[in-house]
Amino acid sequence: MTTESHKPQFLLLLRQPQAGPHPSPEEMQQIMARFMLWMKAMSAKGLVLGANGLEDTGKLLRGPRGATVTDGPYPEAKEIVGGFIHISADSLEHAVEIARDCPGLDYRMVVEVRAIKQH
Amino acid sequence: MEVISNSPEITRLIDHLFRRESGRLVAILTRRFGVAHLHLAEDVVQDALVKAMQTWPFTGVPQNPSAWLLQTARNRALDQTRRNTVWFGKQSELAPLVEDCLQTALTVPLPQFEDEIRDSQLRMMFVCCHPGLPPETQVALTLKTLCGFGEREIAAAFLSNEAAIMKRLVRARQYLREQAVSLELPSVESLAPRVDIVLQALYQLFNEGYKASHGSSLLRADLCAESTRLTELLLAHPLGDQPATHALLALMHLGAARLDARADDGGNVLLLAEQDRSRWNQAQIQTGLRHLANSGRGSHISRYHLEAGIAACHCLAPNFASTDWLQIITLYDLLLQQAGSPVVALNRAVAIAQVKGPRAALTALDEIDDQKALANYHLYYAVAGQLWLDAAEPDNAALNFRRALELAALPAERLLLEKRLSQCEG
Repeated sequence: MTTESHKPQFLLLLRQPQAGPHPSPEEMQQIMARFMLWMKAMSAKGLVLGANGLEDTGKLLRGPRGATVTDGPYPEAKEIVGGFIHISADSLEHAVEIARDCPGLDYRMVVEVRAIKQH
Repeated sequence: MEVISNSPEITRLIDHLFRRESGRLVAILTRRFGVAHLHLAEDVVQDALVKAMQTWPFTGVPQNPSAWLLQTARNRALDQTRRNTVWFGKQSELAPLVEDCLQTALTVPLPQFEDEIRDSQLRMMFVCCHPGLPPETQVALTLKTLCGFGEREIAAAFLSNEAAIMKRLVRARQYLREQAVSLELPSVESLAPRVDIVLQALYQLFNEGYKASHGSSLLRADLCAESTRLTELLLAHPLGDQPATHALLALMHLGAARLDARADDGGNVLLLAEQDRSRWNQAQIQTGLRHLANSGRGSHISRYHLEAGIAACHCLAPNFASTDWLQIITLYDLLLQQAGSPVVALNRAVAIAQVKGPRAALTALDEIDDQKALANYHLYYAVAGQLWLDAAEPDNAALNFRRALELAALPAERLLLEKRLSQCEG
């Protein structure tokens, strides 16, 4: 395996604000195009290990063997994680620099950068 | 903002795809759900676009983006009806409509489906331009539902604010609901006046883009393009195929053909006399002239005929000096009778100056009835100033240019006025 697999890995969690004005169709297309370019740029540099969107709703389990199962995430939640990008980077600081280019940041998205525990 | 087409995928993302799909989908969904549920159609389409925005970056742009969006809108609509959330109480009516409509859409051959979309959009035009709605609302609703513009974009087009536009649209939907307006085409008896109202709204929309009083050049080009597209849609239907529609299309093409030349590369405003006519789009001028020829059927001369005629005079002249000013003045005389306004009279005065000199034009300005309407119109003073300058009266000219500067808002126009002013004082 290449050294890439020994590099630290991070998850970029894309948190979507639930409240606030909708972008127009034109704006949505521009946001999407910018996203695609950002992902292409990262992929071209070999940084992306995986990426996907997440459905808005799912389930929340609580208690032994999921004694309580409810719909989740809560629709009242301020932000919902809408997708994730699994990257390899040299360090947390490097991961943050990569995350700075996320176009969602211009549209009130919050990008959470989490290091994956290395063993 | 530019999208760099460095991948085949991104090229599938044609310009304004989302906007156009929004217009198409809202039209066919409203056709099925009914005008009373217009807002629901808009919500479903919005949801489908959001889903695309969130999914395609990860999955790639689908081979057939339209089909994907339609399918997603359908599923979303079915979800909503089954869940009985937003659509409380309407579930029993709507679910079968949704199932049927979109099932048909997905199985019917494409050309037939495209016909249905065009037909639905035409019907939406008559709904948006319902005679009971104020003209500004007709235009706003057209931009929102048929052109897929957002409230902020509409506000930018009309020098308004987002909240005011939203209120306008809410009231419009309420009116349509209360009046039980449907997507049925107007009856034969009411057709002519209804088409007139649609033409008026499209004309107003075009002028917002063309007269360039505010907004980015991209936005203005968009407004011209959208109004032209909708007028062509109208023309394609037997009901809309009338001389006045051809005349309006002629006017639009003959105007839009010259848009590029109106500013130089530095973004400075160029007057007609200064424009580089080689930048005029000759192909589009030909299209405009074809429509002008087709508008000659029948006996009724609309204001669009006259304005298109004036535009044609300009387009046919190889340069400013060889323009047929006499013909233009004749057309302005007719236009003043038909649809007179101080602005029309102002433009007429400019034409008179070319034939009879600046002093005759200044007299024409004085003869304008509605002086009050011109009192705060910066172009009035700009024109007067130029005429005084041409008449070798720099002091009077300077007075007018200064007043124009007090009123002018656009930086490009102010620059031009300041240049003129310094000519007076130099």
